[in-house]
Amino acid sequence: MRSGSRLERVLRSGHFAVTAELLSPDSADPQAVIDHAKIIGDSCDAINATDASGAQAHMSNVAVAALLRQAGYDAVVQLACRDRNRIAMQADLLGIGALDIRNVLCLTGDGVGTGDHPEARPVFDMDSITLLRTARILRDKGQFLSGRPIDSPPRLFLGAASNPFVPPYDFRPLRLKKKIGAGADFIQTQYCFDIPRLQSFMETVCDMGLHERVFILVGVGPLRSARVAYWMRDNIPGVAIPDSVIRRLLGAGKRSRTEGKRICIEMIQQIREIPGIAGVHVMAYRQEELVPEILNEAGLLPRPRLKDSDRAFHDGGASDDHG
Amino acid sequence: MALRRLQDRPRILEVAYVATLGALRLFRRGLNPGGFVEWFFVKGEKVSKGIIFNCQMCGDCVLHSTGMTCPMTCPKNLRNGPCGGVRQNGNCEIVPDMRCVWVEAWDRSQRMKQFGKEIHTVLAPTDRRLEGTSSWINDISPNVTKRPAGWSE
Repeated sequence: MRSGSRLERVLRSGHFAVTAELLSPDSADPQAVIDHAKIIGDSCDAINATDASGAQAHMSNVAVAALLRQAGYDAVVQLACRDRNRIAMQADLLGIGALDIRNVLCLTGDGVGTGDHPEARPVFDMDSITLLRTARILRDKGQFLSGRPIDSPPRLFLGAASNPFVPPYDFRPLRLKKKIGAGADFIQTQYCFDIPRLQSFMETVCDMGLHERVFILVGVGPLRSARVAYWMRDNIPGVAIPDSVIRRLLGAGKRSRTEGKRICIEMIQQIREIPGIAGVHVMAYRQEELVPEILNEAGLLPRPRLKDSDRAFHDGGASDDHG
Repeated sequence: MALRRLQDRPRILEVAYVATLGALRLFRRGLNPGGFVEWFFVKGEKVSKGIIFNCQMCGDCVLHSTGMTCPMTCPKNLRNGPCGGVRQNGNCEIVPDMRCVWVEAWDRSQRMKQFGKEIHTVLAPTDRRLEGTSSWINDISPNVTKRPAGWSE
């Protein structure tokens, strides 16, 4: 065990894991985090706390993750290289450990131009891979990048992102291998709307034996309408939505929201059939209320209850210590 | 620019890289960071690598590890591979009209005989103090370490 987080234990015990992304509030009220967490928390094994997603300021990643932990949920804190240099990153990693946040997703981050502060200075002192390796050095060697020792290193389950759906396609599995070499224990991918592309990616991954060295969770999410799909495709970096999916949404007319949900459930069902995949990561931006229905209809509820779980870990389903 | 097309001849460039490094090693004793000699080298690198690679003078040149494509021309300065934001047409997420630096780098690395596999090595974060210095001199000077002290595992 790297960290013993609920997510790690679910994955290591062979269950098909579910993580879900929380919409970080534009608010300083902790209740806003709890209100959102209540909607998705019982349906997943861990909740992702994003890091100024879309290059916009929201409540900070570490604060959201800490609030989630306090409320008894397992949290994946996302850490992006866009806004912090190596000093701030390492300081954050210790703070993350101190707050009992045990999963970290190491990201490069979108450019500043995607958000509402395009005039800001992009940092990119490190990249996702050097950040991963740095986090591993902190955890396993018990020292900073400078070589200075750490009294009590953080226990972390380290994650990285992968996007099999954008060029250069044949490099993507090799980049995954590089991330594993740098320290990735688990992977969360970008939105998947293209099953054949995922299949060919996973074939290569399995041929290389990478699925035995890392847990791969595939990103999914419901599309509200064809208009939203077009917008996401054009404005969110790295989101690839095939025309066939958009045609289905167009064909559904006013019932596009139901159709979007239907597509998401089908995606999950098809993803579960692909060898080498360890779970799904649900990103239901502003449609969080659909998450329990989607996962239920996809046959992924209730979430497994783990034995010998300590009180600090949210155990899904029947647990009621967080209301 | 005609000379920039040289980038699409990565095999010629890797031979040139080996030759340059070999030639410089012969004069190792006279080549140290700082001073007039380095000033001369900085100008030389700026012009030559500037024309061919759009060199950003990071002072820690890794061209042979990145398909003879300058990774510092990536808007995110990525030195370890493409981000997940590459557009469907292979262009950059941040500069839509520019071909992704790493799409080019990957393509070119496939055609390199000697250093093609180097693209799979995890590179350390850059030493920002080297910005604007001569990477040729840094490469052959034993006193320039480049990597953070705790980097190697």
